[in-house]
Amino acid sequence: MALADQGGQGTGRPAPGPTRRQIYEAEVRRRSNLIAAGSTLTVLILLIVLIPMAPGWEGVKKSFFNAEVFARTFPGLLEAFLLDVAIFAWSAPLIFILGLLIALCRDVRKPALYPLRLFGILYTDIFRGIPVILVIYLVGFGVPGLGLPRPWNSPYIWGTVALVLTYAAYVAEVFRTGIESIHQSQRSAAASLGLSSSDTMRFVILPQAIRRVVPANMNLFIALQKDVALLSFIGPVEIFRQAGVYKSLLANFTPYVGAALIFLAITIPATRYADYLLAKQSKARS
Amino acid sequence: MKLVTATAILSFAASGASAQNQCAAGKTIDDGVLTVATGNPAYYPWVMDDAPESKQGFEAAVAYAVAERMGFADDQVTWVRSSFDQAIQPGAKDFDFNLQQYSITPERDEIVDFSAPYYSAAMAVLTRQVIVDLGAEANIDALRSLKWGADANTTAVPMLAEVIAPESDPLLYGDNADVVEAMKAGQIDAALFDLPTALYLSAVVLDDGVILGQFPAERSESPDQFGMLLEEGNPLKECIDAAIAEMTADGSLAAIEAEWLSETTGVPVIQ
Amino acid sequence: MAKLEARGVMKAFGENAVCKGVDLNVDEGEMVCLIGASGSGKSTLLRCLNLLEPIDDGIILLDGEDISIPGLDPQPVRQRIGMVFQSFNLFPHMTAVENVMLAPRRVRGLTRGALLPEVTALFERFGLADRMRHYPDQLSGGQQQRVAIVRALAMRPEIMLFDEITSALDPELVGEVLDVLRQLRAEGMTMIIATHEMGFARELADKVCFLENGIILEEGPPDALFANPKRDRTRAFLSRVL
Repeated sequence: MALADQGGQGTGRPAPGPTRRQIYEAEVRRRSNLIAAGSTLTVLILLIVLIPMAPGWEGVKKSFFNAEVFARTFPGLLEAFLLDVAIFAWSAPLIFILGLLIALCRDVRKPALYPLRLFGILYTDIFRGIPVILVIYLVGFGVPGLGLPRPWNSPYIWGTVALVLTYAAYVAEVFRTGIESIHQSQRSAAASLGLSSSDTMRFVILPQAIRRVVPANMNLFIALQKDVALLSFIGPVEIFRQAGVYKSLLANFTPYVGAALIFLAITIPATRYADYLLAKQSKARS
Repeated sequence: MKLVTATAILSFAASGASAQNQCAAGKTIDDGVLTVATGNPAYYPWVMDDAPESKQGFEAAVAYAVAERMGFADDQVTWVRSSFDQAIQPGAKDFDFNLQQYSITPERDEIVDFSAPYYSAAMAVLTRQVIVDLGAEANIDALRSLKWGADANTTAVPMLAEVIAPESDPLLYGDNADVVEAMKAGQIDAALFDLPTALYLSAVVLDDGVILGQFPAERSESPDQFGMLLEEGNPLKECIDAAIAEMTADGSLAAIEAEWLSETTGVPVIQ
Repeated sequence: MAKLEARGVMKAFGENAVCKGVDLNVDEGEMVCLIGASGSGKSTLLRCLNLLEPIDDGIILLDGEDISIPGLDPQPVRQRIGMVFQSFNLFPHMTAVENVMLAPRRVRGLTRGALLPEVTALFERFGLADRMRHYPDQLSGGQQQRVAIVRALAMRPEIMLFDEITSALDPELVGEVLDVLRQLRAEGMTMIIATHEMGFARELADKVCFLENGIILEEGPPDALFANPKRDRTRAFLSRVL
């Protein structure tokens, strides 16, 4: 639209067809598409031709890309993946809530509540500093080891607690960034209306902050979806462990490839969506 | 000068050959040296104190005995460490053979080679005194209602499903230590191991560990037999098989087993 | 008794002293305009009067009552003093009507239903009846600023502070916002207005205060101050802006 107007002005009359610039840009676009398609095709052909020529290809194919093993194990992997989905489904809301609470702790300004703020700082420092797997071991085996009766010593409960504790620390930092990104003038406006600071947080700051950090949180939750597999270390037979059992029984790594495909089927669309949201947001703000 | 050189080469070659029998010559990855792999760490009573060079422990002793039959002196044996995954991944291996309680299965045999079995393992039920006090008994019906665990990399997993068929899904772990930890945490009641491993865990690792009973090797559809793992198509296999056959025939393998795994007798059999 | 009175108000941000002893009297129903160059302390003075910034020294009286006692809860005071900002500061995630209702709901404890007639009347009064359900980014700058004024008025303040409320607007939108101020003036609202619109100040103000370098250098009725400034600095400023 804008280009057509300019083109019209450039030639001193309204342009009936495409302007010079439009023709030029269409040509540039056509050429770069051709080049991109060509180079992609070349790389693909090289991969398809060269890899099977490697001396170890037959062995690798048998161990990693074994169609028979794949067909035999894939249904079992899919079923085990349901457990991953379930763990994710009950962890994610808890992480969201705990992360939000920790972020709010860190935003506390009243001196009497300084211990809360200190707790928030220590919490995020500690749980962002320890590898997830260590937390899972410590909480998953350690807490039930204190002598909790069944079912309260379940690895599902304490494994979930470990995931929630760790991921809430990251989510809290994301929320805090979001809260800090809301301009001071919003707080001023709320204060000038006589709103209390907790009302200001609840009705003015948080709704904006949470929306603003949706893409960043989505990336964290994609990472969580993958880290759910770490619960297998303390017993639950989810997809990663199920793949390991197949691998051990069949002495074949193809089940891991199957598991990777299942993960990708979830994470690629989710990642693309997060990127799309991020792009939309930065466009809206510019 | 020429003569001297030729003689030196001849004598060198002769001495190299004389150290090994006909079979193994030139088939090892390093000429004149037998490279053996074990786990990291290697566990009692298979290897004592995680030091296979000491020849102490069942698998360490078997490895040196097999090496000797193939003509390798003790100082011609070197040890490396490997994980299960490293051992079965395709491609060249950095060991001649690998022994760490690998059960021989037809599926594994397609990817790698196994020697003739050097041990037939019974599977045993490891539990804790508190569970026994609560009424756990060594019969299938009683076992079925327990909460089970196992090392995910072992044939205990299919055996659990075949022989015991527990009422609730078993929990699976990455290694022995994790299984024991889960048992201490009360998350599982019992776990299935090969008998020697179960004995070790109950005696050394688990404070109130109890062996409830064993399933004799022939109880399972595919009895659990340990073989040495070799790279697929490794020509050394026939030499190792010959050595193991000899040792089985002359009773020396049984003698090693009696020395290191004697406690396995006397564990009640599960009906 | 003055409705609002400031005596010797001092405010510094670190080393940077912005108000250096401001004295100001605003009577009930009076409209006072603060003029002066950017950085002369107009905005900071307004923020201090509304207790958005705690003052370092001096005293502020509302109906003769000291509201600048350190440690005093500022909320009840802010409910009595409305403020409108240069950059509107509407809450972008709420519609215009939600923006307006939030504070009365939370602070005055009224329901949406109870508020609706009153709020609708406010929107109608300022020509915004058809914009109630719009989000801020669907409104023009002038409409946003008028909604911000309605939002402040919905708290039924006794005094309104306006901080250069037309400075961020395109020139053709300034008029509609100034019309709102005229309307409020006619209704007798007590107002303090920091502004660069000299024509407007001259036309409507009861009193004009010229701020420079953190103090009120000169004040008086607009005709006197604009036509006959006593101070050289005032004259210099006026000659630059008029």
